[in-house]
Amino acid sequence: MVEPIIRMKNIEKHFGLVIALAGVSVDIMAGECHCLLGDNGAGKSTFIKTMSGVHKPSKGEIIFSGEAMKFERPRDAIAAGVATVYQDLAMIPLMSVSRNFFMGNEPIKKFAGISFFDHEYANRVTMQEMKKMGINLRGPDQAVGTLSGGERQTVAIARAVHFGAKVLILDEPTSALGVRQTSNVLATIDKVRNQGIAVVFITHNVRHAMAVGDRFTVLNRGKTLGTAIRGEITPEELQDLMAGGQELASLEGSLGGTV
Amino acid sequence: MSNNVGNAVDDDERVKGMSPLRKAMIRPELGAICGTILVFVFFFLTARDSGMFGAAGVLNWTLVSAQFAIIAVGACMLMIAGEFDLSVGSMIGFAGIILALLTISVGLPTWLAIIITFIVCIGLGAVNGWLVIKTGLPSFIVTLATLFILRGLTIFAAIATTRKTIIGGMREASEGDWLAGLFGGKIFKGFFQWLGDAGMIDVFSRGVKKGMPVVEGIPMLIVWALGLIIIAHIVLTKTRFGNWIFASGGDAQAARYAGVPVNRTKILMFMFTAFCATVFAVCQVMEFGSAGADRGILKEFEAIISVVIGGALLTGGYGSVIGAALGALIFGVVQQGLFFAGVESSLFRVFLGILLLLAVILNTYIRRMITGEK
Repeated sequence: MVEPIIRMKNIEKHFGLVIALAGVSVDIMAGECHCLLGDNGAGKSTFIKTMSGVHKPSKGEIIFSGEAMKFERPRDAIAAGVATVYQDLAMIPLMSVSRNFFMGNEPIKKFAGISFFDHEYANRVTMQEMKKMGINLRGPDQAVGTLSGGERQTVAIARAVHFGAKVLILDEPTSALGVRQTSNVLATIDKVRNQGIAVVFITHNVRHAMAVGDRFTVLNRGKTLGTAIRGEITPEELQDLMAGGQELASLEGSLGGTV
Repeated sequence: MSNNVGNAVDDDERVKGMSPLRKAMIRPELGAICGTILVFVFFFLTARDSGMFGAAGVLNWTLVSAQFAIIAVGACMLMIAGEFDLSVGSMIGFAGIILALLTISVGLPTWLAIIITFIVCIGLGAVNGWLVIKTGLPSFIVTLATLFILRGLTIFAAIATTRKTIIGGMREASEGDWLAGLFGGKIFKGFFQWLGDAGMIDVFSRGVKKGMPVVEGIPMLIVWALGLIIIAHIVLTKTRFGNWIFASGGDAQAARYAGVPVNRTKILMFMFTAFCATVFAVCQVMEFGSAGADRGILKEFEAIISVVIGGALLTGGYGSVIGAALGALIFGVVQQGLFFAGVESSLFRVFLGILLLLAVILNTYIRRMITGEK
């Protein structure tokens, strides 16, 4: 079997008396889209924040490309190649697309011994990368605030890929989007996966997960209920697992399986 | 450039093209540029014969505008980084008194006193920033506290040591000091003497200054203002650090996730604001030859008004140093121009209020066009 790019082993995270994660193990493979499903409060956010260096696990190991890693800060995770795109914190709307694209990684041009922001390079690369993702900008100096929600997610994904992400964590990228924007983002996920990057796709929408996912892990009350491979599980079964197998079952009849 | 693009559409039919003229017009400084033109036209029509546009008149309003600009540049950078500093005015009084006490009471050479004053004040700026970052409180509240603490301490220190709130004798004490000349001196004196001799500008016709031009030279205060504007503008728009300033003010959390050292950036901007306040204070002490414990009152608001006229967003992440400098120019020209035009000076505030309102309305409109804000 191929070595997973990132292996989370028995991760536990306690916040004071609250046990947010009670021993979660997940393997993420390069070039797969791994969907992390769960209801609100299931521990999805805590889990990915552990993976991206925001939280330190109380117990458990993170093995990245075969080596044990201790991420102290988000910066460490980014440097190792774990990039995270947050739902509403991906971009700064007041700034231009190219300034956002290179935020924290500004290209430098030396002039008379002084370092300047290389706007020319930044603008060129931004336009190039945006075109690859199928987004037409008026110009690289267009403010991100003028883009739609789906385009912002796509810019953030393109940024992570450009800066050499090996694992891309997407925190509910589709939850606030309309139908067409959602399909654009899902198409972007597919493109990224085909480049050999591991995508961790967090969602509570089973249909979005089924559309692109290769494997599915369901979290419930801080525990995993196991990982399923595409084709081995039906949307209904996933939905049941997320809800803990109880409440939704009794509603199923009246809703006609449309949730 | 894009050979790996398969079937990319060339133009999105929903993105409207923009004419180059419109693109050049739509910028954060537009409001301030319009304001500047308006103000100059107004005073050119009403106060042309008053000497406002003669050499001495120009120097007069340029100097006042430069005073506003020095403070506004610091406030602008800090506001773009998403914070306020209300203690600027108190810092001006504090810096002046510290400088005078060190020179007159302690007897240090002026250059050493100036250096110590800068270190102390920039240190206080860092404390302001550190408190804001560590407590997570709004900088508005933290620096409001510093405003009172510093002003009180300044008056206390002046009275406790000299029994006065104004400490004089600075001009004599700093005679020939190399560093003092950098703040209180004038440049291009020979050039202005030549202009006077050649009859290009007026000369004094009687008194001890007979034969000397009405404008002796360019005061260092104006040089400092121009230098600070240019450097701050370049740092903000052309460097990596400038991008961090915008990012820190635009959305601190998003910037942190992208690896921007937000805390360091914000604290440095508090220090820069304190630096600007100290430059202002030292120039003023050298010009007047004295330091006063009540100097700089309300300067923080004048700075914020200049910055807002200049198109910056009060909540951070958006603005322009050039805009703030134009805001300061408008401020200075209006204040001095009403005097030249012989208008009752109490109307200055009315005029300023109306100008502020118009500029902010125009700026909000422009900003919405640029950033797509709702």
